[in-house]
Amino acid sequence: MVETHANARRLAAVDAAAERLGLVPGLTLADAQARVPQLKAEAADPAADAALLAAVASWCERWTPFVGLAPPHGIVLDITGCAHLFEGEAPMLAAMAARLTATGLAAQGAVAGTARAALALARWRPGLVVPAGGEAAAVAPLPVEALGLDADTGRSLAYLGLVRIGDLADKPRGALAARFGAALVDRLDEITGAASAPISPLNPLPAYVAERRFAEPMGEEKTALAVLADLARDLSGVLERHGEGGRRFEAAFFRSDGVVRRIAAGTAAPLRDGARLAALFRERLSALADPLDPGFGYDVIRLSVTAAEPLDATQPGLGTDPAAAGLDQLVDILSARLGPRRVSCLAAQDSHLPERAALRLPAQKGWRGSHALALDAGPGWDAPAPEGAPLGRPLALFPRPEPVETLAEVPDGPPLRFRWRRVLHEVARAEGPERIAPEWWSAPDAGLSGALTRDYFRVEDLEGRRFWLYREGTYGRETAAPRWFLHGLFP
Amino acid sequence: MSPMHGPREDVTALRRRIVEMKRFSGLPETAARPRLPLGEPLDGALGGGLARGALHEAFTADPGQSGALLGFALALAALPRRPVLWVRQDMATLESGEIHGPGCAQFGLDPARLLLVGAADATDTLAAAEEALGHAGLGLVVAEPWGEARLLDLTATRRLALRAERSGVPVLLLRPAADPHPSAATTRWHVAAAPSRPAPGMPAFCLGPPAFVLDLARNRLGPTGRFTVEWNAHARSFSPAPRRPHLAAPADRPAAPQLAGGPPRPLPGGWRHAG
Repeated sequence: MVETHANARRLAAVDAAAERLGLVPGLTLADAQARVPQLKAEAADPAADAALLAAVASWCERWTPFVGLAPPHGIVLDITGCAHLFEGEAPMLAAMAARLTATGLAAQGAVAGTARAALALARWRPGLVVPAGGEAAAVAPLPVEALGLDADTGRSLAYLGLVRIGDLADKPRGALAARFGAALVDRLDEITGAASAPISPLNPLPAYVAERRFAEPMGEEKTALAVLADLARDLSGVLERHGEGGRRFEAAFFRSDGVVRRIAAGTAAPLRDGARLAALFRERLSALADPLDPGFGYDVIRLSVTAAEPLDATQPGLGTDPAAAGLDQLVDILSARLGPRRVSCLAAQDSHLPERAALRLPAQKGWRGSHALALDAGPGWDAPAPEGAPLGRPLALFPRPEPVETLAEVPDGPPLRFRWRRVLHEVARAEGPERIAPEWWSAPDAGLSGALTRDYFRVEDLEGRRFWLYREGTYGRETAAPRWFLHGLFP
Repeated sequence: MSPMHGPREDVTALRRRIVEMKRFSGLPETAARPRLPLGEPLDGALGGGLARGALHEAFTADPGQSGALLGFALALAALPRRPVLWVRQDMATLESGEIHGPGCAQFGLDPARLLLVGAADATDTLAAAEEALGHAGLGLVVAEPWGEARLLDLTATRRLALRAERSGVPVLLLRPAADPHPSAATTRWHVAAAPSRPAPGMPAFCLGPPAFVLDLARNRLGPTGRFTVEWNAHARSFSPAPRRPHLAAPADRPAAPQLAGGPPRPLPGGWRHAG
């Protein structure tokens, strides 16, 4: 692998055979080729490396939900409270190394009390499991590079003869900090286990998790669904004990060959009914554009609650409206099948621009569910038109107003006839104009045709069809040739 | 079946099945079904209102009439005191625009009661409507596929009708730009806009309340008919539109010159109503 660094093509990484020939990363390509003429060099691809590292890290969540990245080569797993599930830290480490090697990766690891110590030991003393408090002794023989300092500091330390961490550990800290900056002391504390830096997890930590592990990889989708239903039942018990319900769920299918497929599903209201949760995922899986590919089979299936909310225990039939609960379930199922944005509801917005007066929200977020039983419109909406009066706003609005050809008697009057979608409409009645000026305090919206004043007319053609037309731009002031658009349909 | 059943019980069960089957074979039923009153004169023809738990169809042949069709559907949606689920095929939204909340509110329907579902094709539209019909908490399910959907044959509509009957939720199948085919619908409407009638005292060029020509072309529970009605948003009901002469040709329209100066103002008396 070759990368261009400081105007020279240098080796970025070498394989085991090249290492035996004495090639090391950092050597220029010209030197390396002089030494080994048959050298095969490829351009390094840091983006692909990062993607591979992220994929491997995601797969490593099979051991613990708390997995962090330590680029360029490291993955940190917080196995607090997990090791006993794998018969202790050393067997767990061995199992991990074996699994990763089996997928064709070169992996080595170590267990220590802090992330930095574990990363350093994984590189220089792989396979080590440090007992609690033993970090300082374990890292003492490591070179100072293990601290991950910049090159200048490393060179100065080497110049002073401080080559191992053990050399630094017993030096007066005040002097070290004054000479090399506080970073060195902090790193030293982290690597000797005196302090711990936080790791940021790859994925947000789930609130609740249920999972199944299989001795043999399992490849049938039907079985996977059955397992998911079991997990849903497990989760519902846990959620009930904690008085919570899940709003977002994630099912993760860990394939034995190092691939993870994650499928998320959301709900409109906190949910902990196992059967409904299983139905939700069944719907979600059957709607996938690219179906679940079991490959060589799954060996871990995990169902986690990524967002939970309090949900009081209720007795069915007492004070709860079963119809309303059914509607929440309907919203969830349709959202899972068609996508959350396709199931929407309307919310009023305080704007006089017609296209901004109503907001479409995903129903899982904005739907009032059982409260939406009142006949009259809630606050923010107009009152019903009085008897005998026409509507002021159309029932249907085109997101992009459609241009129409018009013939008007005077430039600032209503049209006499207009052509919309190739059909000529003779205007029988027209009311207007209702002048709507652009919202000058907000930036001109790219979706609208500029920010000109609009004069709206309600018109009715000879057949009784009613339309909402507007003329864009006031004649003579904003434009000499105003254009006409059809914006909505009246009943 | 348990061995306790005698031939008499079998006969009773068979009779019950015959009654069930008759209900879908177009014969008038005896048991009164819950109704959704629409207002006179429609209720007279429908026997007290639109039957709940049944399939109803509404057509327009002309795509330009989709405003009227939407108005008819939203009027029905405004009647029940329950949420309304509306499944629209994307093509229908492209052709006739998105449902506009402020307009619905002025029309007498609380927009917060509307649950809008978008579907990519007619299959998804019907499947979503069928799913929704399983929930008795809804006041109305509206399904709006676009154009001539080959899918909507007798079997498909009967499925919808059966689901509707089971849950008691009425389902309205909107068919913009489509021709009617045999179906299991209880009623079939052809919807068109009617020329509006301005309120008394308003000038002739003004628009009136929403007005429709509703052609009840099929009615399993009563007579058919053609009604010109107006929608009263405040009372949430239809009422008969008074007969009025057809509007004159646009050449002698008094509206345009009057409008040139600005918004219309009430004109002094002596203006005759258009016609």
